[in-house]
Amino acid sequence: MGYQFDFGSQSQYLGLLLSGTAVTLCLTAVASIFGLAIAVAGAAATTSKFRWVRGLVATYVELIRNTPFIVQMFFIFFGLPSLGLRFAALPAAALAMTINLAAYAIEILRAGIEAVPAGQGEAGRSLGLRPAWIFGLLVLPQAVAIVYPALVSQITITMLESAVVSQIAVVDLTHVADFIQSRNFRSFETYLIITLIYLALAVALRRVLALGGRRLFPGRSR
Amino acid sequence: MRNISGIARRHLVLGLGLALAVQMIGPSLAQADELDTITKAGVIKVGIFEDFPPFSSAGTDLKPQGYDIDVINALAKALNVKAELTGITGQNRIPSLTEHKLDLLVSVGVSDERKKVVAFTAPYAPYSIDVMGPKALAVKGPADLAGKSVAVNRGTLEDTSLTAAAPAGTDIQRFNDYNGVISAFLAGQVQLMVVGNDVGASVLAKHPAIEPESKFQLLNSPSAMAINKGEDKLQAKLDDVLATMKKDGTLDAISKKWLFIPMPKDL
Repeated sequence: MGYQFDFGSQSQYLGLLLSGTAVTLCLTAVASIFGLAIAVAGAAATTSKFRWVRGLVATYVELIRNTPFIVQMFFIFFGLPSLGLRFAALPAAALAMTINLAAYAIEILRAGIEAVPAGQGEAGRSLGLRPAWIFGLLVLPQAVAIVYPALVSQITITMLESAVVSQIAVVDLTHVADFIQSRNFRSFETYLIITLIYLALAVALRRVLALGGRRLFPGRSR
Repeated sequence: MRNISGIARRHLVLGLGLALAVQMIGPSLAQADELDTITKAGVIKVGIFEDFPPFSSAGTDLKPQGYDIDVINALAKALNVKAELTGITGQNRIPSLTEHKLDLLVSVGVSDERKKVVAFTAPYAPYSIDVMGPKALAVKGPADLAGKSVAVNRGTLEDTSLTAAAPAGTDIQRFNDYNGVISAFLAGQVQLMVVGNDVGASVLAKHPAIEPESKFQLLNSPSAMAINKGEDKLQAKLDDVLATMKKDGTLDAISKKWLFIPMPKDL
């Protein structure tokens, strides 16, 4: 094979690679924090006694989980300006990722809530606790503990899928790779480096979140 | 058996004879004046791109249409010959010309490298890389790009030209294809975009409300026609016809029809 590897031509782009990594991590953090907050509210709403509230959440979850992420993002970035709602590339990407993660996390949390024994809620009621307290203090922590590994997976998937935001000119890790590759035409080296960075990020993210999980839920080390 | 070999032998003789005839006629054809050959045959053989809108592409009736096609037809009419169009690619078109399979190429960018192999007519079509923006936005030169967002197709000649010309503080947004560039521009996600006038024409054709226009050019490389070297009579004739088409407004009309801009004065 006559291919000459050349990693030297990559070194001048180190700053770019670092800033791309930072953008990818920031987007993931923002989407995780806001997405999980929405998901907790959404999961609580699925236990609502009002049918229209449950219907609303179900519609949202089905709509997001049954359409491609890239289409959702294009709709926000290219489509919404026609309605007068204009988001710049970075906020549009963060919004799309948040909305996407929230929908999946609602389903995960709902499964967790259903797995919490009904006796827990009954015990709360017999102690005279208000429904909000029962959900927030009793059911939710146990539900999160049960589905924690699934939530970690979903956050990791969100980070990896964020590669798509390069399509709307967000300068994330993938966009940086595309840019470098279009300048030095060293596709193999460039994408190898990017693959390794994504791999390291994903492994590190899982480790950190697993560690956090062991601290948060000491009884459930796994 | 004998029958078949008889036929085969006859074909062989015929083939040999033909090959010999071509051998004898071939060189004399190449040496003959190409203008005389074209006029005598009543046909000019022109190589065209099959998918290069708005210069040359298949219309809804699958017939070639575009700027180049209109120019070729006007040219053929002036020469009083029929145009025979052949689809070519960027890689094979210059060999097709130098091997006399074609008489004429259109949409050729003039370069010193190509001048060593072929001869060029006068330019007949504007080709440029433009910074385009809404009419309301005041942008006159590269210095005005600072602080503005510009969409460009990543890794293209437009990208490298813009990157070289843009001052610090220009927000260059690189998209993966022209669709992304045009969509972002039309959706107002970026203030300006950098495209070739071929791509720009497809935007102007839709007459968007923001009234896009070319603010300034990053590169100006008008297209010319290419013919074989040493065909001075053909070159003089073509230049003469093109000069007339420039003077009587034929080229201006074609430019307005396909590129939505008037023919540049300096062409």
